[in-house]
Amino acid sequence: MGFVSPPLRLTEDQYRTIVAHSYDGLPDEACGLLMGPAVDEEPLGVITEARPCRNEDKSARTYRIDSRDFIAALRTAETRGDALVGCWHSHTHTDAYPSPTDIVQAEAYPTWFYVLVSLRDSEPVLRAYRIRNGTVAESQILLGR
Amino acid sequence: MPVEVRLPTLLRSHAEGAASVTAEGATVGDVFADLCTRYPGLSDQLVDESGSIHRFVNVYRNDDDVRYLDQLDTKVTDGDVISVLPAVAGG
Repeated sequence: MGFVSPPLRLTEDQYRTIVAHSYDGLPDEACGLLMGPAVDEEPLGVITEARPCRNEDKSARTYRIDSRDFIAALRTAETRGDALVGCWHSHTHTDAYPSPTDIVQAEAYPTWFYVLVSLRDSEPVLRAYRIRNGTVAESQILLGR
Repeated sequence: MPVEVRLPTLLRSHAEGAASVTAEGATVGDVFADLCTRYPGLSDQLVDESGSIHRFVNVYRNDDDVRYLDQLDTKVTDGDVISVLPAVAGG
C-alpha cells in the first residue's frame, strides 16, 4: 500500500483494557482511542494509553466516539507530547475486519491504526489495520509488558 | 468580531490549504457563514442539508462541543477559537 507500517505495540494492560471495554459495551459496539508518539503525524507504533470512550451512537451496528471524550483525549495526548494515533471499536457479531463504513470513515485520520475487536466467537479476536485511500493493510500486533 | 477557526487536514484543501483562518460573526453559525462565503467548498463539510452541524464533524468553541451548548447559535466572543475536527465513527 505504498508505505511500511510499524507494528502496533500494546502492553498486556492495554490489551485487557480494550477487550474488557468491548465486552462492557455489549450489546452495543464499544470504542476508544489510542495515544502515542508520532513523527509528522505518523505513529511510531508505541501506545502510551488506550483510553475507553463512550459510543455516542449507542448502537450494535455503528459507533461514534463521544466528542467530549475525543477532545479530552486529544488534550491529554498533546500535554504529554504525544498524539492520537489510532482508535478501536468492537464488532459484536462480525469479523475483526473493517466494514465498508469503517474504510470510508478512515479517510478522516489516514495515519491512524484501526483496531477491531470481534466478539462473535467465544474468544475475542483483536486485529490492527492501517487504512489509506480505501486500501486496508493488516498491521502486526506485538504484546509486551 | 473576528475569531480563529482551526481546520483539520481533511478540510484544508477547501480553504486554500490553511490550517487556521479568521472569520467574523457573533455565533458559530455566523462565523461558518462568513467562512463559507470565502470558501464555498467548506459549506457541505460543515453543515448538512437540514442546516445542522454535519454528523461527521465535531465543532468546539474553545474545548466545548457546541452540540452541548447552543449548536450553531452558540455565541462567540473575541479571542475564542473554533476547532473543527472530524468525528471518529464507523460501523
